[in-house]
Amino acid sequence: MTIHEFLAPPAVACQRTGPRDQIVMSSRVRLARNLKKHPFPSWAKKPDRLRVLEAIQPAVETLPQLAPHFGAAMDDLSALDKQILVERHLISREHAAKGSGSGLVVNQEESLCVMINEEDHLRMQALRPGLQIKACWQAIDALDSALETKLAFAFTPELGYLTACPTNLGTGIRVSAMLHLPGLVLAEEITRIINAANKLNFAVRGLYGEGTEALGNVFQVSNQMTLGESEPQIIERISKALNQIIEEEENARLLLIEKKSKIVFNHIGRAYGVLANAHTITSKETMNLLSLLRLGGELGLFTKLDRSLTDEMFLLTQPAHLQQQHAEKLGAEERDILRATMLRNRLRDIPRPQAPE
Amino acid sequence: MLCNACKQNEAKVHLTKIVGDKMQKVDLCEDCSKDKGVDDPTSYSDLLLGLSAAAAPSEPETATDLGAKCPTCGYSQADFKKAGRFGCSECYITFSDGLEGMLKTMHKGTRHTGKVPAALQQSRAEAQKLKQLQKRLEKAVTEENFEEAAQLRDEIKRLK
Repeated sequence: MTIHEFLAPPAVACQRTGPRDQIVMSSRVRLARNLKKHPFPSWAKKPDRLRVLEAIQPAVETLPQLAPHFGAAMDDLSALDKQILVERHLISREHAAKGSGSGLVVNQEESLCVMINEEDHLRMQALRPGLQIKACWQAIDALDSALETKLAFAFTPELGYLTACPTNLGTGIRVSAMLHLPGLVLAEEITRIINAANKLNFAVRGLYGEGTEALGNVFQVSNQMTLGESEPQIIERISKALNQIIEEEENARLLLIEKKSKIVFNHIGRAYGVLANAHTITSKETMNLLSLLRLGGELGLFTKLDRSLTDEMFLLTQPAHLQQQHAEKLGAEERDILRATMLRNRLRDIPRPQAPE
Repeated sequence: MLCNACKQNEAKVHLTKIVGDKMQKVDLCEDCSKDKGVDDPTSYSDLLLGLSAAAAPSEPETATDLGAKCPTCGYSQADFKKAGRFGCSECYITFSDGLEGMLKTMHKGTRHTGKVPAALQQSRAEAQKLKQLQKRLEKAVTEENFEEAAQLRDEIKRLK
């Protein structure tokens, strides 16, 4: 079975809902773990990495929590498969670049995903739609507890779980939420929010994590400190910050409607105009305009636009997902044309936005 | 106030960095500040890191030995400086000098307070219980309370 046959199609995947998902697109908790006495992946030679993969993959694949699962060595996946996984936020871009000696196990719900031999021997993550940090932690905590009976993790009472990079030392936990913040961007408040989050030692990154642009007004907020605080303390602290950012976004939206409604309606109307009528459009422009469409839907400007549709278009118009719908290899220009065609078709039955009287 | 680096000239450049709720300060004279490249703000953390470690009294200078290699994986301190990552879990012991100073700049604390693998938790609890029982046994023996001592001896046997 290929990964495409295994994963739910985007139309189904985008139906998944969660608390506060108007703003929080998804929550994630990941844990970093390493095996005792084995060199970390980036220092290990290929035979070492293969030994670790052979030890970890079967241990992960036999966990009942992951059933039904898809498991593969990274060198058995095509470049397209890997890019699809990145676009679905199941693996990091770094992991997609890995070949022999690295692996992946994901469950069908896309709620649990384990990367083997990324920066650490194990990077396991729990994902949920909307704001569900605690549920993510409980799921990944249980997975970790089940795995520690089968694998000997590198751990000391003083330093906790030992990781390749000392920035992950201790709990090895990274808690993050993907936030859609068009209101704060339009109100030009986003820099203030990012600075405030940074001051609290939270990182704010773009759509695909470290070093990526905030395409489509999507930002990832995550903790940076992993040592000296327990997992529940870290979760408590970031949850507070996230709730504050959500509130700021809600306020920004209200204020925009109250004070600058023409500007907001103009942005949304133009976004609809371009998306529904373009004959060639890049992935980046698409994401940024779909963000405005999503905002328009939430502000009640569209009568027939479901959030699941904008989210589905957001996923389907990204390069790998677009390529996957076509048998022949597409160049960038062909992709831009096919993307525009798809958007025109999908938006044909969506009436244009109506600003309230 | 004297320069922290040369300890001879009057300090003119004062750097303060706040990490979590801890404050780190470095005071330098003009010459030393130029030597350390203080005009480049990105190097502040290195500077603070290096100096706070050096400023600590009677600290042996083992951390500067860039040639030392991890006996388990062969990783060197120079490799770490380049990559910012360790070679294996044993490197945390090999390169433990200066580790605490670095961790302070990265994290809320320098000691783990989170999850502990259940097996370890259990063995620690058992070890503690064993210790207690042995203490009670000694006491029982010195007090010639042989009935209790026999009970304790059996309990210890079971635990072992």
